[in-house]
Amino acid sequence: MPTPALLFLLGGLALVGWIAARGRAAASAAPRGTLPGHAGTYAALLILAPPLLFLVGWSAGSPALVTNAVLHDRAASALPAGGFPRASILSEAREIARGSTRPAFDRRAAALAPAYAAAQARYDWIAAGVAVLLALAGGAAAWRQVRPGFAARRRVERGVEALLLAASLLAIVTTLGILASLVWEASRFFALVPVSDFLLGTHWSPQAIDPRDPGAGLGAVPLFWGTILIGAVIAMAVAVPLGLLSAVYLTQYARAATRRWVKPLLEVLAGVPTVVYGYFAALTVAPAVRRLGVALGNADASGESALAAGLVLGMMIVPFVSSLADDSLAAVPAGLADASLALGATRRETVARVLIPAALPGIVAGVLLALSRAIGETMIVVMAASGIATLSLDPLAPATTVTRQIVDLLTGEAAFDGPKTLAAFALGLTLFVATLLLNLVALTVVKRYRQAYD
Amino acid sequence: MTDRATPSLPTDWRAPGLRHRLRRRHAAERRFRRLGAGAVLFAAGFLAFLLLTMVGQGLGAFTRTVLVLPIDTARPITEAGVDAAAVRAFGADGPLLMADQAWRVARERAAVGRATVRVPASDAVDAALAGQAAPAANARAAALRARGALRTEFAWSFLRGADATDPVRAGLWGAAKGSLLTMAVVFAFAFPIGLFAALWLEEFAGRNPWADLVEVSINNLAAVPSIIFGLLGLALFLGTLGLPRSAPLVGGLTLALMTMPVIVIAGRGAIRAVPPSVRDAALAVGASRAQVVFHHVLPLAMPGILTGTIIGMARALGETAPLLLIGMRAFIAAPPGGLTDPATVLPVQIFLWSDEVSHGFVEKTSAAIMMLLLVLLVVNGGAVWLRGRLEARR
Repeated sequence: MPTPALLFLLGGLALVGWIAARGRAAASAAPRGTLPGHAGTYAALLILAPPLLFLVGWSAGSPALVTNAVLHDRAASALPAGGFPRASILSEAREIARGSTRPAFDRRAAALAPAYAAAQARYDWIAAGVAVLLALAGGAAAWRQVRPGFAARRRVERGVEALLLAASLLAIVTTLGILASLVWEASRFFALVPVSDFLLGTHWSPQAIDPRDPGAGLGAVPLFWGTILIGAVIAMAVAVPLGLLSAVYLTQYARAATRRWVKPLLEVLAGVPTVVYGYFAALTVAPAVRRLGVALGNADASGESALAAGLVLGMMIVPFVSSLADDSLAAVPAGLADASLALGATRRETVARVLIPAALPGIVAGVLLALSRAIGETMIVVMAASGIATLSLDPLAPATTVTRQIVDLLTGEAAFDGPKTLAAFALGLTLFVATLLLNLVALTVVKRYRQAYD
Repeated sequence: MTDRATPSLPTDWRAPGLRHRLRRRHAAERRFRRLGAGAVLFAAGFLAFLLLTMVGQGLGAFTRTVLVLPIDTARPITEAGVDAAAVRAFGADGPLLMADQAWRVARERAAVGRATVRVPASDAVDAALAGQAAPAANARAAALRARGALRTEFAWSFLRGADATDPVRAGLWGAAKGSLLTMAVVFAFAFPIGLFAALWLEEFAGRNPWADLVEVSINNLAAVPSIIFGLLGLALFLGTLGLPRSAPLVGGLTLALMTMPVIVIAGRGAIRAVPPSVRDAALAVGASRAQVVFHHVLPLAMPGILTGTIIGMARALGETAPLLLIGMRAFIAAPPGGLTDPATVLPVQIFLWSDEVSHGFVEKTSAAIMMLLLVLLVVNGGAVWLRGRLEARR
């Protein structure tokens, strides 16, 4: 049975249950606070929740069942024994059976398609039958419970609370899902390549991997260095002074009217999509940086230099630094600044000797958060930095980053479980751990030093 | 009181040393102030420069050059017929003046009874009109323009068409429709889940030990780089669940995971801002906790929650990196028909066009950026307007 029709049927059953239970409850006495509508909602919940839960679980498990059924079909005997070729034929057969691709690339896939369609239809009917039975059973249970004195409101509210709890737990599930998928794929990568080769190797050339020793071309140190050079050194050298100075100017010097329209203007910098910055960096900034490098006597200044990507990345980060610094400067008690000014210090001296030291934990935390954003940023480096991994101190030389390599590794048409694609997950895990640590340190800094002036 | 008074001299405000020091400190103060103003101006100037660059490069994509081709519209229009008409009108290289596949445009546009039809001119003609080709070609284009054979019209095809290999015919509608479908999926998943999680954390969790864990997860998710969500989408939705590649459904699910924490954080703020007296009053007249929340707290918190949702979705609308990993970077020449059709979205379209070298695509990329920024401006402006309006009503 097609999914929309099934959902429609379940919805109809729920509506019938709602009307029937409501009518039955309205004809009898209920405890205080319970309205007839509550009994209706209770019935509808009991009718809808079990089949929907079943269908969600089913949609996760049924592809494996269908594939299994197809593999036992006679047409499957011509398939390769396993691994990637078999998986690709199977997925093509699935696409043909769904009708999303027509011309068969592989004859064996075309032969499998009818078996696929048949197995899919069979399991779909089984699922629909079970779902409808569950709905009917739920409806019958609700019908028996709705009697005089049945406290439907409490039951319904417990159900609603469970729904809200389930939505909240999804956040934990997502976090665990990220961690599990990264760790799982990365562990498969580390089964092929030793951890030490990956973390300490200085040669990165995934295009030419020696199958006997894949670790030799997958040393990630040049990527870590490029990420640090672009995201932590150049971008921060731009963003920290600009962000801090503008925060100080806006909180200490600017008139309220100026502040009211300049602050949103700076926030716009954070709202511009990163692909726009990437295009700007690649088209305008990178050639300018190259010309500047050549004019300064560096004849092999690159058009994909670390400097161009880092400069634009830094500009993107400015509003993060400035708004977090702004908040922590504003949180310093006014008495401190007033006392300093009353003693005859100038504004600059007050800022440098009183306000910034007092607001330092917040500022440091803001800089760390901005740093974690800078090393995780992808599009600017994909479009403006280089794909070639080098170990160079020269900001005008090409440099690459972890995020750029993740994109490069996963956008080719390679086997999904080769060392090349699995390396992307190992890089992702490294990036995830690094940003997590930065965020944890930032949180700790704020928590430990915050209450000093309360 | 001792008779030995401390020898306290009045400050000599005219002492040269003191005045010198004061002058130095005030000069430093002025320098610092100018430095701060300079930083703000630099950031604002960077933004202005970026926008002006995009507008300057992209404005040309909204207009296009057309050839006014005399043709017999009573007869069926074929490729050979159009080429022959071009040779008659503009000489032996006439067909080269027209864009690739221009005869299809001619067939669509030809109206019986009119003696001419407007067909898109080729990229080379555009360059010649701008004076960027060889001098002879430049002069010829100017002459054609002078006699009315070359005109400029608004390029509806840029807004209505889908991606194409030829910049003259490439349009944004395919990517825009992909973005719309993706955003619909994001809203359908992220809004209810984010709203429910925010309600649970603020109104029901109390001292539940799970609440701390949920809170830590949400704050952590809000700080995870977007590309990590792409890896999750690739491993989970494509790898484990076997959903189709390049589909708005998968893109939307991936972006929904990214948007949900933003909605939760904004939603919690809005729910916390509802005065406790509202809850107390409702409880006092016998409402249950769920009734308090759904009948009283939620309507009051809705403007804030919606604003947070729109801002989170605007961020998802501009997101590129995670979508590259789940395959939404393919060349797709037709707008998607449904949630599982291969599609691309506006920012990815910009990325794809930015890789093309031809002059026409540079223009298209900048113009697409202008459109994306315009949409984001409208959406964010809409959020501010909505909040103002809903808050004014109560």
